[in-house]
Amino acid sequence: MSATSDPVTGAGPVASIAAGGLLRLVTCGSVDDGKSTLIGRLLYDTKQVLADQLQHIEETSERRGDGYVNLALLTDGLRAEREQGITIDVAYRSFVTPRRRFLLADAPGHVQYTRNMVTGASTADLAIVLVDARHGVVEQTRRHSAIASILGIPHVVVAVNKMDLVDFSQERFHEIARDLDALAGQLGIRDLRVIPIVALHGDNVVDASERMPWYGGPILLDYLDSVELDDDRAAGPRRFPVQWVIRPMAEEHHDYRGYAGQIAGGVWAPGDEVIVLPSGLRTTVAAIDTLDGPLPQAHYPQSVTLRLADNIDVARGDLLADPAAPPVVARELEATLCWMSERPVQPGARLAIKHTSRWARAILDEIVAVVDMDSLDERPSPGQLVLNDIARVRLRLSEPLLVDPYAESRITGAFILTDEATNDTVAAGMVISATA
Amino acid sequence: MRAAQALSTVTHLSHLDELEAEAIHILREVAAERERPVLLFSGGKDSIVLLRLAEKAFRPGRFPFPVMHVDTGHNFPEVVEYRDRRAREIGERLIVASVQESIDRGRVVEQTGPRASRNQLQTTTLLDAITEHQFDAAIGGARRDEERARAKERIFSFRDDFGQWNPRAQRPELWNLYNARIRKGEQIRVFPISNWTELDVWQYIAQEGIELPSIYFAHQREVFRRDGMLYAASEVVERYSDEEPFEATVRFRTVGDMSCTGGVLSTAATIESVVAEIAATRISERGETRADDRASEAAMEDRKRVGYF
Repeated sequence: MSATSDPVTGAGPVASIAAGGLLRLVTCGSVDDGKSTLIGRLLYDTKQVLADQLQHIEETSERRGDGYVNLALLTDGLRAEREQGITIDVAYRSFVTPRRRFLLADAPGHVQYTRNMVTGASTADLAIVLVDARHGVVEQTRRHSAIASILGIPHVVVAVNKMDLVDFSQERFHEIARDLDALAGQLGIRDLRVIPIVALHGDNVVDASERMPWYGGPILLDYLDSVELDDDRAAGPRRFPVQWVIRPMAEEHHDYRGYAGQIAGGVWAPGDEVIVLPSGLRTTVAAIDTLDGPLPQAHYPQSVTLRLADNIDVARGDLLADPAAPPVVARELEATLCWMSERPVQPGARLAIKHTSRWARAILDEIVAVVDMDSLDERPSPGQLVLNDIARVRLRLSEPLLVDPYAESRITGAFILTDEATNDTVAAGMVISATA
Repeated sequence: MRAAQALSTVTHLSHLDELEAEAIHILREVAAERERPVLLFSGGKDSIVLLRLAEKAFRPGRFPFPVMHVDTGHNFPEVVEYRDRRAREIGERLIVASVQESIDRGRVVEQTGPRASRNQLQTTTLLDAITEHQFDAAIGGARRDEERARAKERIFSFRDDFGQWNPRAQRPELWNLYNARIRKGEQIRVFPISNWTELDVWQYIAQEGIELPSIYFAHQREVFRRDGMLYAASEVVERYSDEEPFEATVRFRTVGDMSCTGGVLSTAATIESVVAEIAATRISERGETRADDRASEAAMEDRKRVGYF
């Protein structure tokens, strides 16, 4: 019994630190279009699959009578998933190439698991959407691409899989690519790349396929290795949600007062002017502290401690920002909501809301419209939201949140809603607009 | 114009720096959102990294939580020595929750014979200590690359009032907006280095120049062979009559109980040479060295369901 491509050879990942940084990606596909096989292939061909794990899936493949080493088995996590042959929950996996470290959120593709894809997509820089070459662009493709677009993922790669089952037809590939271009236009996806592959045999995944000489573009792994991480979050206006106030009150640090947090936007340096929100007080940055000493400059996503020039009242939940480009101090939000609870919600519902490091309460004032995930058009609200609905809503807040539109910041534009009785997380929210 | 100039000089963080920043953010969130967190510290490399990350998150202040070790009484002496010394160096409160005490109090019954392990017993001791100290969040060093059930666990992992993990009822975890809200009696387990791999941990230890217990590096030791693994010969592990101890040069990839942690033959005596070996290894950390995970296909999932780390 052997795997369908080269056996595990070579030295595996290099010991030196990959220069290309960390790329977070999400894979989306339905049960039958080969997503698990593709992930298994990426893990296997980048030598992340170790001998004992390979032996395990070889034995399992043998027992199941698969007739080949079923790389899809690598991604089965929970007993129920193995027993039922389905994926239930988002799994996070790592792999590394000599160029870059990857963190992959593997999201199940069933219709009922939209909430899992939204979860995996929320942190992703790149989405891989799987399409079966025989079926082309189907409802699932539209749904997955729409979620990638709604969640603001900057790069989308569509892997047109099972090209062997359409005789490696260039014509078929171009037909699908044309449909995808139209879809990308409709959804406003800026960077869409289409790659023909055979995940089962590895064609154009890690090695260029000799069976598709007409394809001149990059193969999947080379593309993942080289895609430019032009991060809007470092480029935007300065944003710093205060997570924690460091006040040692010990003798050696008697007057120390530092504001700890993770930079959510912009480039920060001592001397920068700062507005503290929601109070509106102004001061300047005195120093950027870390355990390893002060920094002359810091940017997203660094976790640092800011000291301010003036001794003013700043607490967890406050936001430090550039006074020339502050966020909205919002009491009302118009937002896109993905409802993630089994229990439906109606207008008038009271929920808890978490935005950056700040909690408040929210009332769902209005469900304006629900997105039809087939046509991707909005339709009038049916009066409630059910599990996996994506909708445009209006929320009224018990106290101000310091927000930017999600299109401008995936950090200060994002929030979650939780149920005040059960504490469950029930919705993901993205700010469209905000009013004071 | 300063911002525009500065932007051109912004360099992408290395993946280690980005993982570090994420972990610091997670530690500050749990400290801010829970009343009584505790950081679980075993003296193993992952929890040693957690301690360094906590220093990065909270210095020059003190940790807003104590550090706790669930001590099976069967730990490597080098690790216990390291634990006590490190706790003194960082000047934070160390709680030792003792499995031996759980046995003495009749909370658990010790297994006997050559296959006896106190690994399973830790869960009761952990849950008892959480109840006794009224901890509502326990911070641990588990990683998603360790094992397949862990690949599906949240960074903020909700546990019911029996300490149980229910993989089918996990809270969605979006962006970096962690939900630590619970009702009385429930807990959150928090895993700041969820997204790290074994290699990341070693590279970070090398980058930061962190000291480790000596058993992580190649050393001469009396060992015996069982199930293809090399175990330290010691008075706490009973041997079968055909399990003859012999001298070998080994290091340990993970640090758990002596009864369930195997060593690997190695001459890597420095961090750099260990990193090189880890990068080239063809066997997973738990598969190579942890008897507790070899027990069944769903061993870890089963233990997590009843409240294990």
